[in-house]
Amino acid sequence: MREFARAVFAQSPLNHDPEAAIAAGYDDVVAPPTFAVVLQEAGLALLLAAPDTGIDFSRIVHGEQKFTYTRPIVAGDELTAILTVTSIKSLGGNDMITAETSISDSTGNHVVTATSVLVMRGTE
Amino acid sequence: MSDLVVGQELITGKVTLTRFCLVRYAGASGDFNPIHYRDDVAASVGLPGVLAHGMLTMGLAVQPVIDWMGDRGDLIEYGVRFTRPVVVDGNGGVTVTVTAKIGAIEDNITRIDLTVSAANQTVLGKAQVRVKLHQ
Repeated sequence: MREFARAVFAQSPLNHDPEAAIAAGYDDVVAPPTFAVVLQEAGLALLLAAPDTGIDFSRIVHGEQKFTYTRPIVAGDELTAILTVTSIKSLGGNDMITAETSISDSTGNHVVTATSVLVMRGTE
Repeated sequence: MSDLVVGQELITGKVTLTRFCLVRYAGASGDFNPIHYRDDVAASVGLPGVLAHGMLTMGLAVQPVIDWMGDRGDLIEYGVRFTRPVVVDGNGGVTVTVTAKIGAIEDNITRIDLTVSAANQTVLGKAQVRVKLHQ
């Protein structure tokens, strides 16, 4: 998580220093807002690797991304991610696939939902 | 915090992205798509050059807002559209600039609109952060 924080230029001590995070009321360092993408990608990789979806990875472009937060991800969290394909639309020869990844903690409470719109370009 | 008005500019930020940054993000995120570090692969799929990960641009663009907010509020939602690729030159890299303005104030939720540009073109569309500021 610290390496991710460095990679996205996150400079808050909450992302790097456990003592600062604990002083602010967290159990450990806090993840930057887009860190949930790592869990989302793990789910999407399974979806894209599935043989029967008709999804061609080489034609996929990331169109939109959204995160809806209940709380930040904190180091030590045991998280479960469930990916649901919520919509498939065809628009101008492209297919738009919306995948929603709901992430919850070990007590079953919601942490963050990551919603991704993937655009699969047409073959023309 | 109650003196915020719609249209007010909150903060700006500027980051120079180099190939080093892309490799670092690849390692940190696990996204090792070679279009983010190999010119030959980028060219072979018709791209104008090696591109920054969209999620890297999204990730760095929200940081000025996070720094501005500090512990004065909570992040509720953050969304973007990836409208233009960010081409990262092998020598000089590219500078990404972020401007954050108050977009709307609805009840206790403040919407902050981000303008994110590289090479004088906006690269994210509808980049919006919703925060709940403590009273």
